Amino acid sequence: MDPNLVPQPELIDEPEVLQDAEARVFYATQWRLMWWKFRKHKVAMVAFAVIVVMYLGAIFAPLLAPYRADERHRGFVYVPPQKVRFRDEHGFSLRPFVYPLEQEIDMQTMQRKFIEDPTTRIPIHFFVRGSSYKLFGLFETNIHLFGADGGKVFLFGTDDLGRDMFSRILYGAQISMSIGLVGVFLSLLLGLFFGGISGYYGGAIDNVIQRIIEVLRSFPTIPLWMALSAALPPDLSPIGVYMGITIILSLIGWTALGRQVRGKVLAIKNEDFVIAARLSGTSEPRIIVSHLIPSFMSHIIASLTLAIPQMILAETSLSFLGIGLRPPVVSWGVMLQKAQNVNTLMMAPWLLIPGLFVVIYVLAFNFLGDGLRDAADPYGN
Amino acid sequence: MLRYIAKRLLHMIPMLILISIVSFAIIQLPPGSYLHTKMAELRASGDQISMDQIEALRIHYSLDQPAHIQYINWIKGIITEGNFGFSFEWNRPVKHLIWERLALSLVVSVSSLLLSWVVAFPIAIYSALKKHTFADYFLTFVGFLGLSTPNFMLALILMYVSSVYFGFSVGGLFSPAYLMAPWSLAKVIDLLKHLWVPMVVIGTSGTAGLIRVLRNNLLDELGKPYVVAARSKGIGIARLTFKYPVRIALIPFISTVGWQLPQMISGEAVTATVLSLPTAAPLLLGALRSQDMYLAGSFLLLLSSLTMIGTLISDILLVLVDPRIRYE
Repeated sequence: MDPNLVPQPELIDEPEVLQDAEARVFYATQWRLMWWKFRKHKVAMVAFAVIVVMYLGAIFAPLLAPYRADERHRGFVYVPPQKVRFRDEHGFSLRPFVYPLEQEIDMQTMQRKFIEDPTTRIPIHFFVRGSSYKLFGLFETNIHLFGADGGKVFLFGTDDLGRDMFSRILYGAQISMSIGLVGVFLSLLLGLFFGGISGYYGGAIDNVIQRIIEVLRSFPTIPLWMALSAALPPDLSPIGVYMGITIILSLIGWTALGRQVRGKVLAIKNEDFVIAARLSGTSEPRIIVSHLIPSFMSHIIASLTLAIPQMILAETSLSFLGIGLRPPVVSWGVMLQKAQNVNTLMMAPWLLIPGLFVVIYVLAFNFLGDGLRDAADPYGN
Repeated sequence: MLRYIAKRLLHMIPMLILISIVSFAIIQLPPGSYLHTKMAELRASGDQISMDQIEALRIHYSLDQPAHIQYINWIKGIITEGNFGFSFEWNRPVKHLIWERLALSLVVSVSSLLLSWVVAFPIAIYSALKKHTFADYFLTFVGFLGLSTPNFMLALILMYVSSVYFGFSVGGLFSPAYLMAPWSLAKVIDLLKHLWVPMVVIGTSGTAGLIRVLRNNLLDELGKPYVVAARSKGIGIARLTFKYPVRIALIPFISTVGWQLPQMISGEAVTATVLSLPTAAPLLLGALRSQDMYLAGSFLLLLSSLTMIGTLISDILLVLVDPRIRYE
């Protein structure tokens, strides 16, 4: 090939042709444009930061949690959240401390309750040695971010078996926050596949796929989920249940995505660049994969972000009803199952704390998805 | 118009058949059945009379036949005599168990839907007219919060707050006195007194979605030239907004009934379990757990048929309301 025919980048005299700022926009890729637009969306940026922090928390759960998720503390059942203090009547201390707990029986209600003993301090130390674990399943270590020296520290209290809620929430995040991602990924594959061929080929295939989607969508989701998860064999291993629930969630979740993909494919399959590709002999699967999908990927990502909260809400609801994940698996939904009746709740309202994390996580994803959708829209202002 | 409705009704028939097949397939999925479990129990205790009874039931409901024969028998019973099969757990025909439960489910869902409309409508119009103000952001945030809180959490919090701070317990749809009583005016009033809790709980999640759709639609409409033209002719902003853009922005209220109803029924399912409402979902859940197949299958079938009817109604309303839609 004649080298003179290949455009030489250095021949384009950028500063003369375009002003700097203009040039930046002109040459920016689609993803860069999206990022610039997204950056202006303050709430979405904050939401993004919250999500990143939460995932870091889940990844480093064994390090951050003072105890193992299944560690039972004898004599510490239904301990209320402990207050971390820096000062008391003995003065200020830079090292945070908690008071030791003493059990007492309330003579009026005949219920056991814990009171703090303000005469001694239990100092909180950082990077202490405790039970050993494997970080990322690789490095064996026993260092925990913090721990009480010669006592116990329960930031969010304990449950009916004397297990630390704070540690369990961290470990539960690993399951709860990954089930949405895995489920959405599976629905993405299904949605791209069925939506893609439905929109691209049209005709009878389209008709059949659309009818299937309609049937799936006319089942109210929760009853359908209930039925499908009741169909999981009861002797399935915890990992099997996890996979089963994810597959069930995505089996229904893909329909909305499938419809969107179909709509997008219908809209762009007769665009000039697709016809050009077809005329130059590109194979059909290649056209779909390398021409069609990239052109609507930004939209798909935005809708995926909005689909993740649906998945986690579904997992939480199913586990709460006792037909989702089951102990010994720790997820936020499984933890909330303990808070099912008012009497328990009156005695230990802190059992609802995992729900707070569900709300924060879902809220953050909703804001993030909203920002992404705006950023992905080329016609928005 | 009549032709359109007739066409849609014809279209529903294959869909209903598919739905019934899926419902039946799902309840057949788990290994074993209620009768199998029961027979194993009885065999262990050596109860011969009940064993014979169950064997008779097994033959009567052709449970020893292959699945497709069972399916055809089930459907034949429903179509010819409205017989949805027999609930082995409750030892009664399914049709005696489901109708009142389903009716209550529908009452709870539809009233939650109405509540979400009543709340969403003014908020969305206000948000759109005062866009990018503090009030708009605040309302949007509250809406998102409602969307992000699982229904059962909201139910639990309401239960907690009402018993700790107001000293009464919420839950159920009737006071104990009316639980078994036949329907009367007093019982309906009692129902209304209990209905607000599930209405609030289920309504919140739907409200947030509606506010967003309505607000965005209204914002699109408000920027259109006809609005500017009408303003320049001196029509007041309130009168103008309600006369034209709001009417157009209202379309989602009608067009979304179809998918809001299943969403409400879904939300109702979880809420009903927490608040122990005597509606369809807790019975369905119990039936699924004990593999009481005809009861579970009938509920699934009827709930999804309701959804299909809801979609049909919303499509017909849409054609009636929006003159831009043709129904060829």
